[in-house]
Amino acid sequence: MTMTERKQFVWRDFQKEIADDHYYYVRSCIRQNFFPGAENVFIRMVTEDLGKNLHHDSEHTTCTGIGYHTDLVKMETTMTVVARQFAMMTQAGYSNLLVSCVTSFGLYNEILEIWEEHPEIEEQIREYLHKATGKVFKIPENLVHASDLIYKYKDEIAAKASYKLINRNIGEPLRVVDHIGCHYAKMFPDKGIGGAEYPRVLSGLVESLGGKNIDYPERRMCCGFGFRQYLLKSSRGYSLSCTYKKFKAMEPYKPDLIITNCPGCNYFLDRWQYVISDIKGETYGKDGNGIPTLTYEEVAGLCLGYDPWDLGLQMHQTAVEPLLDKMGINFKPSEKFKGYSGKQLDKPKIPELLKVY
Amino acid sequence: MGKLYDRLNQDIRFIHGLHSCINCGTCTAICPAASFWDYDPREITDLLQVEDENVLEELLKGEKIWYCGQCMSCKTRCPRDNTPGMIIQALRNLSIESGLYMHSARGRQMYVLKKMIGDTILATGYCVHADGLDTSMFPEQGPIWDWIRKNSEEIYNRFGNSYNRPGNGALRKIPEEALHELHEIFRITGSLQRFNQIEQDAARHARITNTEFDSNMVSDYFLQLYTNTADNDHD
Repeated sequence: MTMTERKQFVWRDFQKEIADDHYYYVRSCIRQNFFPGAENVFIRMVTEDLGKNLHHDSEHTTCTGIGYHTDLVKMETTMTVVARQFAMMTQAGYSNLLVSCVTSFGLYNEILEIWEEHPEIEEQIREYLHKATGKVFKIPENLVHASDLIYKYKDEIAAKASYKLINRNIGEPLRVVDHIGCHYAKMFPDKGIGGAEYPRVLSGLVESLGGKNIDYPERRMCCGFGFRQYLLKSSRGYSLSCTYKKFKAMEPYKPDLIITNCPGCNYFLDRWQYVISDIKGETYGKDGNGIPTLTYEEVAGLCLGYDPWDLGLQMHQTAVEPLLDKMGINFKPSEKFKGYSGKQLDKPKIPELLKVY
Repeated sequence: MGKLYDRLNQDIRFIHGLHSCINCGTCTAICPAASFWDYDPREITDLLQVEDENVLEELLKGEKIWYCGQCMSCKTRCPRDNTPGMIIQALRNLSIESGLYMHSARGRQMYVLKKMIGDTILATGYCVHADGLDTSMFPEQGPIWDWIRKNSEEIYNRFGNSYNRPGNGALRKIPEEALHELHEIFRITGSLQRFNQIEQDAARHARITNTEFDSNMVSDYFLQLYTNTADNDHD
């Protein structure tokens, strides 16, 4: 067996089939609230830059994932809501489900696995759905997380890229830390590219775009969302502590960028930097800056030349300008705080320590 | 086996979550909750393997089952293919269904989650919605969030131009028919009844503890549960 064959053999369980085209896209609650530009540009990249067919409609709803993992929404309910998403996909004439959220992606995988082993549960859910909505559905032929799709076309994206993950000032690759959402592959390692222990879904993209992946001790540690633990103020310290542990572990490696595939993780790694600066007086970038924390859509979009403010990067609390400068992106600071109507909005308040622009 | 065990054994998450635990403690070693709190998933699986009805009842009444953060890191690493995180889901579900959750401070916090997440799902079709989030409740969202909320029309409409209106962009208004279907699913599959049970249990507990309660407002009862678990959890 050659080295290549041996590697393929070792990784055979962690290769994943990703459909070439024709996707029904389901949005993420968290992404729409906090990083809405990421989904918007993702749709443009898939349809305009990659020329694929992607359907997105107004009819689908939350999958109830946060409600499910806070033990509020019963399993039967979540399964039936997910069945309704499948019904919307079926009704629109699609069979490949493209999922924006990592919590949803994990849930879809969990539900499909349960149904496969227990057809009687699937049958019961079909009855519930029909009774509640009159709808029927087909099981998706291919379940794709949106970061899987960007991974699949990473080389095509890199070939079209106007910018690379290169520090133009020194001509060296940017130092990038990846953070994979726990529910992407920890529950079902064979459903994620590279599995749970050595996920490739983001590090592969980083390499294609010219960046250097940085390993560090807490690389696979949870961001600390914890569902109820974050939502309840009484246990929110758990969430902050998890993230703090990660930042202390990555700090010595001086990353230029954190890239995430889960909307929730991106929120926490972005926002807790502000909190840590405020209560601990610590910042992890240079000269009071934080470490810019971007989703894979935002990173791919920047490299393809999308305007940072069309990507919604002004909605991050941890400023992205240090990254834009390193990449040599010619952006207009004056456009950052412009609204939809073109009106110049008042600027946000400035945090005490964390540097913003 | 007694009644509670019979019910636990019907939950698919328990059936798949606990095969046979060898007590190696790998789950505890990888568990973020175990690294910050007095929580030990190994101990939970160990206690359950004894199949003692009284032990199970104590677990369902206690604080321990509410510490898990549902990251599911335990599923990846368990050498016997157990998933303590799924066992926890089954335990929490049974604790709520049996009413035993009202014995613990963390269990009673279900009321806050119902107001925050449950009501939002039914009203908007999203688990969370920007219009219901502010920095008084979530200060870590930072000054950027105050700016976004103040200028929400101008900002969200840059990304699909359908904020709170029909369309298919970010934070579009989910059509009435879709919301109605969601509501019907919740009714038929029992989550609406669960929501009502949580409201009624909270109202009763507020009366017993003489705490101001108004199910339509952020009452003293809500704020007490939101901010305080009334036990020493940071040891």
